[in-house]
Amino acid sequence: MDKFVKFTGIVAAIDRPNIDTDAIIPKQYLKSIKRTGFGVNLFDDWRYLDPGEPGQDHSKRRLNPKFVLNREPCSRAQILLARENFACGSSREHAVWALLDFGIRVVIAPSFADIFYNNAFKNGLLPIALGNAPVEQLFAEYKKSEDYRLSIDLEQQVVSNAHGVEIPFEIDESRKYCLMHGLDDIGLTMQHADEIRAFEQAYYERMPWLQ
Amino acid sequence: MAGKTLYDKIWDLHQVRRDDDGTVLLYIDRHLVHEVTSPQAFEGLEIAQRPLWRKRSILAVPDHNVPTTGLEYGITDPVARLQVDTLNQNCDKYELTEFKMGDVRQGIVHVIGPEQGATLPGMTVVCGDSHTSTHGAFAALAFGIGTSEVEHVMATQCLIQKKSKNMRVTVAGPVAEGITAKDIVLHIIGVIGTAGGTGCTIEFAGEAINNLSMEGRMTVCNMTIEAGARAGLIACDQTTLDYVKGRPFAPRGEIWDRAVDFWSDLHTDADAVFDREVVIDADDIAPQVTWGTSPEMVCSVTGRVPDPALESDPIKAGGMQNALDYMGLAANTAFDQVRLDKIFIGSCTNSRIEDLRAAAAVVRGRKVADTIKQAMVVPGSGLVKQQAEDEGLDQVFIDAGFEWREPGCSMCLGMNADRLEPGERCASTSNRNFEGRQGQGGRTHLVSPAMAAAAAIAGHFVDVRNI
Ligand code: SF4
Repeated sequence: MDKFVKFTGIVAAIDRPNIDTDAIIPKQYLKSIKRTGFGVNLFDDWRYLDPGEPGQDHSKRRLNPKFVLNREPCSRAQILLARENFACGSSREHAVWALLDFGIRVVIAPSFADIFYNNAFKNGLLPIALGNAPVEQLFAEYKKSEDYRLSIDLEQQVVSNAHGVEIPFEIDESRKYCLMHGLDDIGLTMQHADEIRAFEQAYYERMPWLQ
Repeated sequence: MAGKTLYDKIWDLHQVRRDDDGTVLLYIDRHLVHEVTSPQAFEGLEIAQRPLWRKRSILAVPDHNVPTTGLEYGITDPVARLQVDTLNQNCDKYELTEFKMGDVRQGIVHVIGPEQGATLPGMTVVCGDSHTSTHGAFAALAFGIGTSEVEHVMATQCLIQKKSKNMRVTVAGPVAEGITAKDIVLHIIGVIGTAGGTGCTIEFAGEAINNLSMEGRMTVCNMTIEAGARAGLIACDQTTLDYVKGRPFAPRGEIWDRAVDFWSDLHTDADAVFDREVVIDADDIAPQVTWGTSPEMVCSVTGRVPDPALESDPIKAGGMQNALDYMGLAANTAFDQVRLDKIFIGSCTNSRIEDLRAAAAVVRGRKVADTIKQAMVVPGSGLVKQQAEDEGLDQVFIDAGFEWREPGCSMCLGMNADRLEPGERCASTSNRNFEGRQGQGGRTHLVSPAMAAAAAIAGHFVDVRNI
């Protein structure tokens, strides 16, 4: 996993609450057995005017010119701004892989669905939950600007705009640590392998029916 | 000190270690695996050369994109076939228990786990699928995980977790005649909203819940995720024990007795305190129909499609209007004016034997309306199918004009060939009515099996209590 460093990126906004995982990556693309290549199908139903199937040449499809990710400069966005309950629905990690594969590294919303929130960290995507008021403010600024950019500083835990306005955000220390160091969860847990074994021994003595 | 909730008890049992910031290493008892969310996890293990920690905790089954008709031809879609083949190869290679296609025990992962006794009270159960919440019906802490976590559990038998908040939804009093578990849970979601349980584990309690069969409890817990909570729980009682006893993976003899003794504590203590409590009056629950593109957009079949103009919150009103536009519905339409194209009875919410019995009871001796293009019943597992056939239910459905299919997820998410065409309207017993869920442009109304069956006969929605 790549280390997460401070960066400034283009923002794309989708002004809708409850954007679900089916919208982020429609189910026909879940048939892949790989982790990469989902970017062209991110928001597929909204992005293209014709239906898509896996394996087809998506560059030949008709783009919906109204959809934000088809517009310059948002087609190069690294930050996505959305409304509450972002990525509700299924547990598909493909939603995170699709966002990352497209180039999105940060999603800002008032709230996130739990499973997505977890999945995001595991892949180095940073979900930032801000209050309704700051999100409203970002939307207002975004709508006024042709090329809206934000800076994300994970270490300091702030989102800032070009005018120096800074909005702090919360994140778990352990998650921050893993993101900043590009650490893999399994490796971390394996450091406690002896503890897990000791736990198991007592556990199965007490509950032999689980053995 | 205040007593513990059921969630507290199961959580504490499984805590391997706890860091100062509250991060817990949680031990996992049962890991259910299917073809869609596992290949990248197996790939990850292989790349890192990591062995599986506890193979016997895993039960694998292909379900999401198995065909439900023409099984003799195998899977014709090459991409879907590759996923199923990959699961088979991985299970063979690591010597994991898998119910392959053609095995009578194959079916939807959340149907077969309980059916086999692989889900037991007090367990932690995970699966790379959000509807893992289903298994909470057994007083098991069960939740969906992503593929990275699937890999993490395979490698370490643990998950890195933080505890959720405790929430209790009490459905007080008995429900009226003709009201099913599906109506109860849809009504709950209508009341608390799709984000009502975010960050919580919801325990369902109260007379209406206690009166439910295990099938009904699974329906309720299944849709907990639609209320924003990762896990739903129902206390262990005699109904639970009667269901589990004698199933293939369940303990026997003296160990069974010890287990039962242990499980008798799997309920919330009388003096436990919840972070959030919601009480719902069972009397308020009528048969439910969703009208929009989120499960919280639901109302009684006796009501009318709501009017965004009457909603004071402009964001909500906009969301309602978007949903009505997508659904092709006008505000204030009565539900018996809503004509349907397709009927789907199946999915991990409602494809168990009791669901099929309820639907068959409505259908018996009647015919599917001419205006319905397709009506299908997809049993949740090979064993459910067999049981239904032993009871003659297949014939009841076939005589009425339904298709009788092989087990799988089918039109619940339309990953196989079973799907809606753009603009088609479907009464479905599944759990999600998101845009495009059952096929691009398809319009889904979530209902109970009895309501779906009644709609098939009438060609439009009707109050099942009136037929
Ligand atoms: S039946 Fe539907 S909801 Fe259930 S596991 Fe299958 S696809 Fe998911």
